[in-house]
Amino acid sequence: MKMTGAEILWECMVREGVEVVFGYPGGANMPIYDAMLNYPVHHVLVRHEQGAAHMADGYARASGKVGVAMATSGPGATNLVTGIATAMMDSSPVVFVTGQVAAHLIGGDAFQEVDVTGITLPITKHNYLVTRADEVAEVVREAFYIARSGRPGPVLIDFCKNAQVEQAEFVFPDEVKLPGYQPPERAPQSDLEEAVRLIEKAQRPVILAGHGVLMSGAEEALAHFAVKTQTPIASTLLGLGAFPASHELSLGMMGMHGEVHTNLAIQNSDLILAFGMRFDDRVTGNLKTYASKAKKIHVEIDPSEVHKNVRVDVPLVGDLKNVLTDLIQMVDEYDHDEWLQQINEWKVDADSRSIMNWPNDDNLYVAHLVTDIWKATGGGAIVTTDVGQHQMWAAQYYPLEKPNRWITSGGAGTMGFGLPSAIGAWFAHKDQEIWAIAGDGGFQMTAAELTTAVQEGANVKVAIMNNNFLGMVRQWQEFFFEKRYSAVNMLTPDFVKLAEAHGVPARLVTKREEVNEAIEWARRTPGPIVIEFRVVQEDSVYPMVPAGASLDQMLQRPERAVK
Amino acid sequence: MQYTFIALVENKPGVLNRVASLFRRRNFNIESLAVGRTEKTDVSRMTMVVDCPNGDVDAHRIEANLYKLVNVIDVQDVSRLPAVTRDLALIKVKAGPEKRAEVNSLAAIFRARIVDVAADSVIVEVTGTEEKIEGMTELLRPIGIAEMVRTGQVAMTRGANSGIRRMPGMEDSHYEDDYEVAEMTP
Ligand SMILES: Cc1ncc(C[n+]2csc(CCOP(=O)(O)OP(=O)(O)O)c2C)c(N)n1
Repeated sequence: MKMTGAEILWECMVREGVEVVFGYPGGANMPIYDAMLNYPVHHVLVRHEQGAAHMADGYARASGKVGVAMATSGPGATNLVTGIATAMMDSSPVVFVTGQVAAHLIGGDAFQEVDVTGITLPITKHNYLVTRADEVAEVVREAFYIARSGRPGPVLIDFCKNAQVEQAEFVFPDEVKLPGYQPPERAPQSDLEEAVRLIEKAQRPVILAGHGVLMSGAEEALAHFAVKTQTPIASTLLGLGAFPASHELSLGMMGMHGEVHTNLAIQNSDLILAFGMRFDDRVTGNLKTYASKAKKIHVEIDPSEVHKNVRVDVPLVGDLKNVLTDLIQMVDEYDHDEWLQQINEWKVDADSRSIMNWPNDDNLYVAHLVTDIWKATGGGAIVTTDVGQHQMWAAQYYPLEKPNRWITSGGAGTMGFGLPSAIGAWFAHKDQEIWAIAGDGGFQMTAAELTTAVQEGANVKVAIMNNNFLGMVRQWQEFFFEKRYSAVNMLTPDFVKLAEAHGVPARLVTKREEVNEAIEWARRTPGPIVIEFRVVQEDSVYPMVPAGASLDQMLQRPERAVK
Repeated sequence: MQYTFIALVENKPGVLNRVASLFRRRNFNIESLAVGRTEKTDVSRMTMVVDCPNGDVDAHRIEANLYKLVNVIDVQDVSRLPAVTRDLALIKVKAGPEKRAEVNSLAAIFRARIVDVAADSVIVEVTGTEEKIEGMTELLRPIGIAEMVRTGQVAMTRGANSGIRRMPGMEDSHYEDDYEVAEMTP
């Protein structure tokens, strides 16, 4: 059957399971928007294309499906760029469809022409320029396959306007033909055997669980392996939720703002089992002193990550779930009681400094507020964050029992991510409670999406942790620039009025005794809600490994309150 | 240290740009790059000579990232293997009738050919290894070089050998060399 390129796009997307897309129309994608009306796809009109990108990303992370974001050519496409890079850094499967000027105009600086495939080349897993209608079906099929398979990631389709309106015979390809793209499945037997030899000998093993555990759906295999071999699990920022935080083998988060006992366990281990993580500088600290006594096994689907930052002893290249399933068969049961006990001793020592044990001084601390939200929601909400101090406190104080409920921009650290990613997540799980935890700075970057939330009736609760500072930068200036505050003191709008102007009910909370009632009010009021918490202005996130320092050189919270 | 890589890539628009962009992004200097068709119409072959200041660590990173490109089918490092490498140069020499004999005899020594003769210049075509072409150029320089163009090196391993594939997880992968960790940026 003959169809227009735009129709073929939708026809293919529906077959790929697309139910919702986030986007913004313009001259170069009008035929796509016109054709959309005939397909059972819900379109979410955002207020800025960056919002569409983050929503599609949040949707993808919450649902495990491919998210879709669309924009017109030129400025529409360039507004997506931050969101594309964010998805790339965190391996999030999102397909971006941008309109492009007609093929015969390309290269001529036509109105709203920008070299989008050129700009996005280094921030996509792959991208396409479609100039003819008869290319559409194959390209869309490949784009979805590439986005979700192997190490997932964003794929962009730049769609020339003529190809949207021209007709072609529609054939949905049965399979993709990509001779250069074969994601590894299983690790070779000889490598597995070598790994088992190291596991057998280990006295002080630690598992480092990354985002790959979630992407591979390997949570059960991970738990099985850890329990069988009695190996404690430390998590990266994006790996949180892959293993229940309350489990006795869970060590919580590692790295720059990781737990003291967790980082000590890594530094003192004799075997590192890195599962679907990439030894980012935020988790390793100084590489020269990183886990120097440990042998290292690295299970990774992307071979370019192996030996990239850390030289490992046994790389196991394959899909984590498969590799773990194979390993579980091959390892015996071990116990590491002494080692686990040692880690526990470190933990008790660290607990004594915990902010949770502070007496109430009637100030609002983000750590306490996150804990209050955790208690109120029974730890079961989907939590998205923005970027900064509140993000680290959310990671530390919202312990997760289940996967795919923690949505945060890790690799890119993109401020403005919190609200739109929460809206995206809501489309994946309309029945679940969703909280976006944001700082006053980052919230303002994408605050316009509040209207989108209202228009869609998105049931997301936004907690703005207002410290009147770009807190994380202020903290670095306090620690590393002799407290010379430069461009971090921020005038904030009246967030309650701002929210209400968007049609969002809102409250300001300044006292401890108002906290729980406000949280409960937000939970029982349907639709989007904003709560502004006036928090302690100059609190800092601890523990902290200063950039470039050894992982065990942590700054710890002073024994008394900062103020 | 210079490394020579062979990459088989899908013959599609933009693939060369993807490969070149990979080197640019990671700040590697390409010494020479030659691209052409192969016996299969949908496959092109690239020979790349790249400067790798950190030796095998860089070579590994280049290979791994080449593989990451969806359109790259195969990558081999042929730097240290018995291989035939060839470069072709056209050199326009400022030589009127009185100097042609000299150019001719130099060309004969290098098994080069005179492919064009004009009133005041000749074009010499020389094929061979880098060194041979450099040698020939040096000898022609005193006579006067007006223009020169080179194709860049192409390479092929001898006999049944293929190049080294360093990708972890691949059947015949090699990765034995010392690995120096990079300095971390704050
Ligand atoms: C788009 C963007 N710009 C700048 C930064 C650098 N940055 C990291 S954290 C931070 C401060 C964030 O302040 P706020 O949103 O108020 O959160 P807080 O740290 O106070 O919790 C800044 C500016 C960033 N991560 N992203």
